[in-house]
Amino acid sequence: MASQTIEFRDSAARAADRLPLVDELRDLEGDKMIVNVGPSHPSTHGVLRIVLELDGETIVRATPDVGYLHRGDEKIAENMTYTQFIPYTDRLDYLAPLANNVAYALAVEKLMGIDGKLPPRCQYIRVICCELARISAHLLGLGAFAMDVGAMTVFLHTFTEREKIYNLAEALTGARFTTSYTRIGGLSRDLPRGWVDAVRQFCNEVVVNFDESEKLLTRNRIFVDRTRDVGVISREMAIDYGLTGPNLRACGVDYDVRRASPYLVYRDLEFDIPVGSVGDCYDRYLVRMEEMRQSVRIIRQCLDRLPGGADNSQGEPINVSDGKVVLPPKDRVLTGMEELIHQFILVTQGVNAPPGEIYFGAENPKGELGFYINSRGGGTPYRLKIRAPSFVNLGVLPELLPGYLMSDMVSILGSIDFVMGECDR
Amino acid sequence: MPTPLELAQQLQVAFGDLVAVLPVFRDEVSVVVQSPERIAEVCAFAKSRLGFDVLLDLSSVDQYGDDPRWVLVYELYGLSHGSHLRLKTFVTEEKSELPTVSTVWRTANWHEREVFDMMGIRFQGHPDLRRILMWDGYPYFPLRKDFPLSGKPSEMPEVAFTRPAPLEGGPFVTVAGARDTIVREPRARPSEG
Repeated sequence: MASQTIEFRDSAARAADRLPLVDELRDLEGDKMIVNVGPSHPSTHGVLRIVLELDGETIVRATPDVGYLHRGDEKIAENMTYTQFIPYTDRLDYLAPLANNVAYALAVEKLMGIDGKLPPRCQYIRVICCELARISAHLLGLGAFAMDVGAMTVFLHTFTEREKIYNLAEALTGARFTTSYTRIGGLSRDLPRGWVDAVRQFCNEVVVNFDESEKLLTRNRIFVDRTRDVGVISREMAIDYGLTGPNLRACGVDYDVRRASPYLVYRDLEFDIPVGSVGDCYDRYLVRMEEMRQSVRIIRQCLDRLPGGADNSQGEPINVSDGKVVLPPKDRVLTGMEELIHQFILVTQGVNAPPGEIYFGAENPKGELGFYINSRGGGTPYRLKIRAPSFVNLGVLPELLPGYLMSDMVSILGSIDFVMGECDR
Repeated sequence: MPTPLELAQQLQVAFGDLVAVLPVFRDEVSVVVQSPERIAEVCAFAKSRLGFDVLLDLSSVDQYGDDPRWVLVYELYGLSHGSHLRLKTFVTEEKSELPTVSTVWRTANWHEREVFDMMGIRFQGHPDLRRILMWDGYPYFPLRKDFPLSGKPSEMPEVAFTRPAPLEGGPFVTVAGARDTIVREPRARPSEG
């Protein structure tokens, strides 16, 4: 076996190569330091690498390097049917898989033109799933943010509640994390027995947890000092950089897709949209905290109004009643010719989407998750572009970070609350 | 409150033959900009005069086999009027270049870097056009239709290599997929090197 030498240059040297003004840096040697943060680092939410140029403790330049979790989802989507792509959407924002499932299903249904035909029970269940996912994602975001800043107890408190959400998801879909719950035209299965009561009980318990976390953080001198007036994003900058979700609302822009372009049954539900004023890390924390409370409010309304009730004894449909879109029930497949053909075509070729292009954006916990689907007919998309909120949100870092201290960078990254699975796809 | 179609028609009035409004599909208005060279001009007008202050998304489509090969799709949104608009422009493969809109919306910076990374379309005037998801020095453009789904082997300079692992196929490694343990276990195989 031939031996070979593998040369590894240290990361500072490699980072220095990336920055264009290498000669100038050599002149300034001793004045500025290049620090490589990541891609594996306890204070980043995933594999984000930032090359920082520091003047003492102050950041002079920040160059984020994303793509460490790039898996080629968009390329994969061109090679599978719309239904086969649903598990990939779980793994986008892996903290809120139910929300991604719903957003993707709604996008494909918009393309098919059947989004107006979704049965009401299906819509209410999807809203409950989205809001549960929002609570789950914000709990982790705020827990990790607090832990990065030093308040480690909050992380453990929020994870106790997240465990309950995982249990609810497991009862509903069979999987804690990778739910793949929605299907084109409806849902994969109806609610299990006792699930509605379990969600109600969870809502009662989680509000207690919100209060506890708020007591630990909101008026905590150290937390406020580390987050107040840190990472201030102005309204103009937020809009120009395409920020969406809590990051945008913390800057004072009242934009929520659920209000601006309502989908599912959000038009009929009562909820408030928390909007910040300063656009600093503290505002982003407060907005997320209040959003979770509003999500509980939404879930309670949906549970009260759920068509068919908890056990669906009247047999309210959860799928669009179109044999060419939704798999027929198995007993009919085995006895009826038409159903057999529909089953065969749907499984082998997928739903027959019309040629055309659509864009659909949903209010995901991290921001607006958008799907641009360009279809040339048939069961597979010609091009599927995922507009990932985390990717767009991270674009502000090169302009936002310079001027702050290195320890502020930790607060800022925690408050922007991105997920690399979504950013890199 | 102007409707999306009215805003698209205002665009048509301002630019005449340069833009063409496509038929409305699923309540979405799309406008084709016939000359990609003037895309920044049209976008600047849309932002300043029509109130489309948000660039939600910038996608690229590879129409492999058609000429022009590249389609650039700009999803615009206006916070004040709540309307969406889609701008499309077509770029030929020989040119594979068009002006940047990062001067209009700063979010286009990263979107255009991704389009360059995945499709190989260059943006004139972009402040920092380099790969964003793949590593610097990656030789291919993965989202093109002629790039296979399974990928092509490539070097990752100074970081790793894609040659087979050092002990692969060596005497102490079991053979995958063989019928029974006797064949799989190394004692049964003569030493190879």
